Amino acid sequence: MNVSAKAEEILESLWIATEEQGEDAASFERLRIVPDDEGLAELVGLAFIEVNGEWVKLRKEGRDEARMTVRRHRLAERLMMDILDIKGITGDERACEFEHLLHHGVDTKICTLLNHPTTCPHGKPIPPGDCCDQARQEGEVGVVALTELKPGEKGEIAYLAATDVSKMQKLMSMGVLPGCDILLTRTYPSYIFKVGHSEFAVDGELAREIFVRKV
Amino acid sequence: MQNQLKTEKKIILVGNPNVGKSVVFNSMTGSYTTVSNYPGTSVEVSRGQCQIAGESYQVLDTPGMYSMLPITEEERVARRILLEESPHVVLHVIDARNLERMLPMTLQLIEAGLPVILLINIMDEAERIGMQIDIQLLQEKLQIPVVGGAIGRAKRGLWELRDAIRDFTGNRATFVYATDLEKDIQEISNLMQGDYILDKRSLTLMLLQRDEEIAQRVKDREGEHYESVENAVNDTIFARRVDLHLRISLERKRICKGLLDGVITQQENEQFSFADRFSNWTMNPWTGIPLLLIVLYLGLYQFVGGFGAGTIVDFLEGSIFEEYLNPWVIGLCNQYIPWYWLNELLVGEYGLFTLGVRYAVAIILPIVGTFFIAFAVIEDSGYFPRLAMLVDRVFKKIGLNGRAVIPMVLGFGCDTMATVVTRTLESTRERIIATLLLALAIPCSAQMGVILGLLSGVPGALMVWTVSMIGVFLLVGFLSAQVVPGERPMFYMEIPPMRLPQLQNVMIKTLTRMQWYFMEIFPLFMIASVLLWAGKLTGALQWLVEAFNPVMRVLGLPNEASAAFIFGFFRRDFGAAGLYDLQTQGLLDPVQLTVAAVTLTLFVPCVAQFLVMQKERGWRTSLVIFFLVTGMAFTVGWSLNKFLLMTGILA
Repeated sequence: MNVSAKAEEILESLWIATEEQGEDAASFERLRIVPDDEGLAELVGLAFIEVNGEWVKLRKEGRDEARMTVRRHRLAERLMMDILDIKGITGDERACEFEHLLHHGVDTKICTLLNHPTTCPHGKPIPPGDCCDQARQEGEVGVVALTELKPGEKGEIAYLAATDVSKMQKLMSMGVLPGCDILLTRTYPSYIFKVGHSEFAVDGELAREIFVRKV
Repeated sequence: MQNQLKTEKKIILVGNPNVGKSVVFNSMTGSYTTVSNYPGTSVEVSRGQCQIAGESYQVLDTPGMYSMLPITEEERVARRILLEESPHVVLHVIDARNLERMLPMTLQLIEAGLPVILLINIMDEAERIGMQIDIQLLQEKLQIPVVGGAIGRAKRGLWELRDAIRDFTGNRATFVYATDLEKDIQEISNLMQGDYILDKRSLTLMLLQRDEEIAQRVKDREGEHYESVENAVNDTIFARRVDLHLRISLERKRICKGLLDGVITQQENEQFSFADRFSNWTMNPWTGIPLLLIVLYLGLYQFVGGFGAGTIVDFLEGSIFEEYLNPWVIGLCNQYIPWYWLNELLVGEYGLFTLGVRYAVAIILPIVGTFFIAFAVIEDSGYFPRLAMLVDRVFKKIGLNGRAVIPMVLGFGCDTMATVVTRTLESTRERIIATLLLALAIPCSAQMGVILGLLSGVPGALMVWTVSMIGVFLLVGFLSAQVVPGERPMFYMEIPPMRLPQLQNVMIKTLTRMQWYFMEIFPLFMIASVLLWAGKLTGALQWLVEAFNPVMRVLGLPNEASAAFIFGFFRRDFGAAGLYDLQTQGLLDPVQLTVAAVTLTLFVPCVAQFLVMQKERGWRTSLVIFFLVTGMAFTVGWSLNKFLLMTGILA
């Protein structure tokens, strides 16, 4: 189900007001809309909301959509912060634009990429999606930095976070490549891991840039 | 001779570090090799001769390289050799255990259009861990000659290798990448019109990975035509919008997987061998630090200090020179040379023979020689990378990373050589800090031999000296890490398996280093002798020594110590030896002895080291280091004197 960007904004504010702040309904003023708003009409048509005078109420039918809208917004915020490194007001604005693109399973992919985060950068909860529940059931931790592994744990290299191109190039030419199996053997005083039959030592800073899918 | 060398066919050895490349080189060429800087660079390259089926080949051993895209200076040189030497054979040496990881580089060499023979080395170890490699099948798939061997173990495979070189026809193989990548390669390489040694496919890939040196070469060759190439490269990089490094690496990995399908059979009988267990001990701080102390005690203290500086020096100096050579040469000179000045120059107090030759041959050579043996044994056993990871955290605090432990340890042998080796560090910042610490707080073996002998007679003095050195090393390192600008270093290193060092290899390494040492240092001994001689005859030396007296008094030392400090600059160990004379004359009490030893160790490096510092780091940096070190030495000496007198330690 895809609703318009305008309608998504309304659902999002409505969810925050009713589900998170425990109110029964939200006013037009709070939702920053006027009575003949297009998004409002769209949502009424879908029977997602009820309008009572100046007050808007979220219906049971609209709950799922609202929940997922909030989820997409907060995932977008995390993506801006953690991966794209866009912070502050710019980050928030970009996230607002970006969230409307996270349909058709894109949100699931991003959620997995971010390793199923539970809170947004402002500390508010991210409603879990199916992918999160599934990951939890399978006891999967998803993709983590090498520093999160314990000595003796194995994984598969998922990706290298490229902050220093020449260092990454070095790791790649030594054969530390996505898709390789990796075995962490020691974490102190430096990280020691095995790829194939070779052993490497890296410091914590570099280990944090090797992301591993635990197996 | 020079012309003959030019017409000889060249065999160039390439490969990762730690694949036994130098062992292969030594077995092919025997012990007669020359090591020299590659023209225009500071990286050393070994050359040797080899006869196969009546034909003479020149063999070049290149520095270790991980891929055709260089990151370090050494890798750049290795690639430049491939670009410029037009080899008959490029012998790619790889470690059988890591075939899958190292094969992508073989692909890069093949794709560059180079005449590649693949040597899969260390087969014995691979078999031990249950790997079987079908060499024949791999050869069919790769379409280049492939030889399996374990050159380090009874030269297994050496004859097969020689046959392969004899029969080599220079067949070139081809392989293809994914369609989209192939299309990009085609498009760009078609735009290039110049003639190149390397294949255009390979150049294109390096351009796509933004290699500046290759871009420059292509620019020079293409002239005005380069713009269209550059545009096409930029368009492609933009159009693909992925990290092409990663894309190409993954693509090569995919091809290698296909090539190795059916070639490797792995039985799961990987056992935890003693070497593995030992390797773990070296990396666990609880066992690693005691092991380090044992290595230092046995290697440095017992072998270098006891055997080298003790037994051998006593024999050469005490017996050969003092009893036989010196009296004979002095007698000869007295008989035939009536002129006082010439007599002095040859066999006087600072004579060329009595001081220069005697010091160089009878004292320094045994100490440095034994050190180089110990160093080569440790190096070949694969201990250094383990030590590097162990000290990395501490070294980070002083602005270096674990890798710097290698030049630091080498500094205990010869600071001058170690200063040259700081090149292997990646950033200028690390090189400057390492150079400073080498100049200041790392005593070289010659100096250390004398200092150990000097202080061992006084209880506690050695302890005070050691604590002072470590303290100054850490403090100055920590401070310079705050002051010297530049990026924080990162640490990454391959940990090769622990191996038993091969005698032949250790000997060749030691001899090469000793040869270097002798060539570089021996002339300086001679110059130092001449300068001291001239100083003595003209009275300049006396004047300089007297000028230094006030400084000595501030440190609480007798005037006679000045001479030791002045000489210290010509050779660090001259200075220490000067102290030795003072002590035997009973002119120094324990406090004075310790203060003098500490100050002298910290004091300005010898002339040779200063010259190398200047060459490597330039005038500005080397002069700053020089004055800093001098200032530090006397400040620390002064404080130590006050401290010892106040607390009554050593009194």
